[in-house]
Amino acid sequence: MTKSKETNSAQEILCYHCGDICKDDSIYKEEKFFCCQSCRLVYEILDENGLCKYYELDEKPGITPSVRSKTKYEFLEDEQVKRQVLNFSDGNTGTVTFLIPQMHCSSCIWLLENMHRLDEGITYSRVDYPQKKVNIKFLEEKTSLKKIAELLDSLGYEPSINLDSTEKKIKSDHLKKLYYKIGVAGFAAGNIMLLSFPEYLGLEKLSDPEFHKLFGYLNLFLSLPVFFYSSSEYYISAYKGLKNKIINIDFPLFLGILVLFIRSLYEIILQTGAGYMDSMAGLVFLLLVGKLFQSKTYESMNFERTYKSYFPLSVTLIKSGVETTIPLSKLKIGDRILVRNNEIIPVDSILFRGDGNIDYSFVTGESAPVQKVLGEIIFAGGRQTGSLIELEVIKNVSQSYLTQLWNNDPFSKEKESSLQTFSNVISKYFTLITLILAIVGAAYWMPQSFDIALNVFTAILIVTCPCALALAIPFTFGNLMRIFGRNNFYIKNTFVIEYLSRIKSIVFDKTGTLTQNKKSEISFNGRELNEEELSMVKSLTRQSTHPLSRKLFDFLSDSAVKQVDKYAELTGKGISGYIGKNFIKLGSEEFIAESINTQENLINDNASRVYLRINETICGYFSVSNAYREGLKETISELDKDYELHLLSGDNESERYFLKSFFKDPLQMYFKQSPENKLKYIKVLQNEGQNVLMVGDGLNDAGALKQSDVGISISEDVSNFSPACDGILESEKFSKLPDILKVSKQSISIIIISFALSFIYNLLVLVIAFQGLLKPIIAAILMPVSSISVVLFSILLSNYSAKRRGFK
Amino acid sequence: MSVIFVLIGVSVLVAGGFLGAFLWAVKSGQFEDKYTPSVRILFDDDKKEEKKNKS
Repeated sequence: MTKSKETNSAQEILCYHCGDICKDDSIYKEEKFFCCQSCRLVYEILDENGLCKYYELDEKPGITPSVRSKTKYEFLEDEQVKRQVLNFSDGNTGTVTFLIPQMHCSSCIWLLENMHRLDEGITYSRVDYPQKKVNIKFLEEKTSLKKIAELLDSLGYEPSINLDSTEKKIKSDHLKKLYYKIGVAGFAAGNIMLLSFPEYLGLEKLSDPEFHKLFGYLNLFLSLPVFFYSSSEYYISAYKGLKNKIINIDFPLFLGILVLFIRSLYEIILQTGAGYMDSMAGLVFLLLVGKLFQSKTYESMNFERTYKSYFPLSVTLIKSGVETTIPLSKLKIGDRILVRNNEIIPVDSILFRGDGNIDYSFVTGESAPVQKVLGEIIFAGGRQTGSLIELEVIKNVSQSYLTQLWNNDPFSKEKESSLQTFSNVISKYFTLITLILAIVGAAYWMPQSFDIALNVFTAILIVTCPCALALAIPFTFGNLMRIFGRNNFYIKNTFVIEYLSRIKSIVFDKTGTLTQNKKSEISFNGRELNEEELSMVKSLTRQSTHPLSRKLFDFLSDSAVKQVDKYAELTGKGISGYIGKNFIKLGSEEFIAESINTQENLINDNASRVYLRINETICGYFSVSNAYREGLKETISELDKDYELHLLSGDNESERYFLKSFFKDPLQMYFKQSPENKLKYIKVLQNEGQNVLMVGDGLNDAGALKQSDVGISISEDVSNFSPACDGILESEKFSKLPDILKVSKQSISIIIISFALSFIYNLLVLVIAFQGLLKPIIAAILMPVSSISVVLFSILLSNYSAKRRGFK
Repeated sequence: MSVIFVLIGVSVLVAGGFLGAFLWAVKSGQFEDKYTPSVRILFDDDKKEEKKNKS
C-alpha cells in the first residue's frame, strides 16, 4: 500500500479530519491519517453513510470530539427536561433547537443539514449559522432527543443545552418589528417625495388645482402610518424618559415629528401650502435605519450567562442504591448524588466515595486539577476528572459558595444603560435652547401677525429637530462596534463604547487574564537530561490525558516516542511505566520519593512541579507555570499612562514581586480575593466616583464583571463559555486593549464634530426660519442633505480613527 | 390630463404591492438569517451528483 501522506513543510502529517498535526502515522484508514481515534471514528461514520463530501467543501473541517461519558445526555430522557428543551412536540414529531458553538465553516452547515442520512428519525434540519443554531425536526418513534444529542456529540458538534432560551425570541421579534417600521416608513417617504415633485419644481401653479388637492390628501394618507406606526417607539421612549424626569434624545425628536405632522396637517387641510410630510417621512426612515445599524448583535455569543448555563440541567440522585435522574432544581440538602468523569459539580457538597480530582478551570481559569479526599468539601463549579464520585449535598444550589454571588444586587437589576448617556445630557440643553429660540422667534413676530408668529415658531422647531445628533450616535458607535468585531472584540451593544470612553480605572484579574491558560512556561530543575531520557518522559506522558502530561508532551515536541509497558496512572498522584528496562515515574513529590523533603516545599513559586524518577534516581522536577501574555509589559505601561490600574487575584501572593516589575507606581494589588471580595472592591471604587473597567475571565470574576461599568471577559476561544459581561475580547488581542480604549474616547469627539457640522446647517436654515420664509422645498433638500452628510461623516471619521490605531 | 389620476392610483397600488411583498418577506423570516442561505445555495443536489458519477 502506498501511503499518500498529507504533509506540510516540516514533514508533519496533518489529520485528514481536523487538520491537527499527527504525532505519528499509526492511526490511519484508507490512506488517510488521523491524529486520534476519535477523529478516525467520525471519518468512519461519515464514510459509511456516504457523507464524505464533508471533506470536499472546506479544508480540514472536522472537530475532534471530546471524550464523553455514556450518561452525559441521560437527563434528556427526563420528561420535565424534555418539555423544557423541545420547542414543540405533538407526540409524533418534535422540534428542537440546539446551540452548537463549534460550528465554524460551510462543511459544518452541510453536514448538520444532512443529519437525516445518519439518523432515520430526523426528518428535517436547518442551520442558522450566525446564531450557531440547528433546528431539528424528528419522529419521536424512531429517535429521541438523547440520541440526537449523542449523535451530534459523536461528530464533534457538542450541543450546548440550557433552559433560558426564551429571551432570544423576544430580541428577534423586536428586530422584525423594526424591519416592518422601516418598510412602511421607506415606502411612504419615497411615494410622498414623488408626489411632492411638482412642488419642488414649482409646477403647482401651472397645473390643475385639482392635482394639488389630490397630492396633498395622498401625502396625508401616506404619512398616517409613518406618524402613528413607524415613529411610535420615539413617543413611547420620550414618555418613559419624562416619567423618569429625564429629557432623552427621543424627546426633541418627538417634538420635531409632532410639529412637522401638525403643521403639515394644518396646511394641507386649509390648502395654504403643501406641508412637510416628505421631510417627516424621510426623517423617520433615516432614524429607523440608524436604529437598525445600531442594533447589530453578535447572536452566537451570549453576554448574559449565569451559573445556570454552566451547570448541568439534571443530576443523578442515588437513593437506597437506586439511581434516578432529577432536575437540578429539585435537589435538596442531604441528597446523595453521583458525578461522573467530566461532569460538573452543581452544588457544594462533601466527598462521600471515590477519588475527587476536580478541575476548577471554569471558576478560576487554572486548569491543573485539585485533589480531594473523603470528607472534604467540594465547591460547586468544578469538573470531576477521573473516576465516578459520590457526593452528599450540603447546600442549596443557589446558596453555594460560587452561586450565591448571583444573589448580589448587580445581578438582579439591569445596568441602567439609558440614564446618563452622552446624548441625554446634550438633548437636555438642546431641547431647552430650541424651545427658547422658537419662543423668541414667535414673540418677535407676534405684534405683526399671529399667523407668521405661528409659522416661525413651528419652523424653528422643525429645523432644529436633532436628527443629526440622533444619527451621528448610532452610526459612529454602530460602525465602531463592527470594526471591533472584525478585530475579535465583541461588545454587547453600542452603549459599551460610550462607557469605555469614560473609564478612569482598570481592574485586572490575574489567572487567565494576564496569564495564558493554554501556554505554560516549563523548565527542568535538576541534573541535565539526555535525549534518551527526554524521549522516555515524552513516551510516558503520551499515555495520559492529565493536563500537566499534555503540557509536558507538547513541550518535548522534538523527542521521539517509544513503546511503554505496564503503564499505570494513579489519579491525582502520577504516572509510571517501563520503557525498555527502565522504570519511569512522573508525578508529585510524594509519589516519587519515599520521604518528602519538607524544606523545599516551603518555596512556593506558584508553579506546578512534576518530579521525574528514572529507576532509583530522582532526576529533578519539571516546573510548569502559567506564562504571562505576550506584550503584557508594553500593554500595561501604555495603560498606566492614562488609567489607574488595580489587580485582584484569587491566587496567593507568590507573584507579587514579579508583577511589581510590570506595573508602575500607583498599582493596587490584592491577592487571595474571593469572588465576592472582587465585587465589593469594584463597588468601593465606584463609590469613590470612579468609572471602572473590569478585565477578567473566569466565573469567579462574574460578580466584578457585572458590577463594573464595563466588564470585558478575556477568552481563549470565543465560542467557549464566558461569564456575563459587556464585551468579549479574544485573548490574542489583549495588547489591543489600550487602542480600544483610545478609539472609544475618540468616538465621542467624532460625535461632537458631526454635531457641529449639522449645527452649521441648522444655523443656516434657522436664519431662514426666523424670517418666516421656510419653504417645504428648502426643508426637503436641507434636512436629508444634513442627515446624510452627518452619517457619511461619522462613518468615515470613525473608520479613519480606527485604522490609525491599527484596526482592520 | 385626467388620465394622470388613474396613473397615480395605479402607481400607488404597485408600490403598495412591493411594500406587501417586503412585509411578507420579513414575516416569513427571510431577514432573520442573512448568511446561511448564501452558503446553502452552493451545495449541489446529491441526486445529480450520483448521476454524474455514473456517467
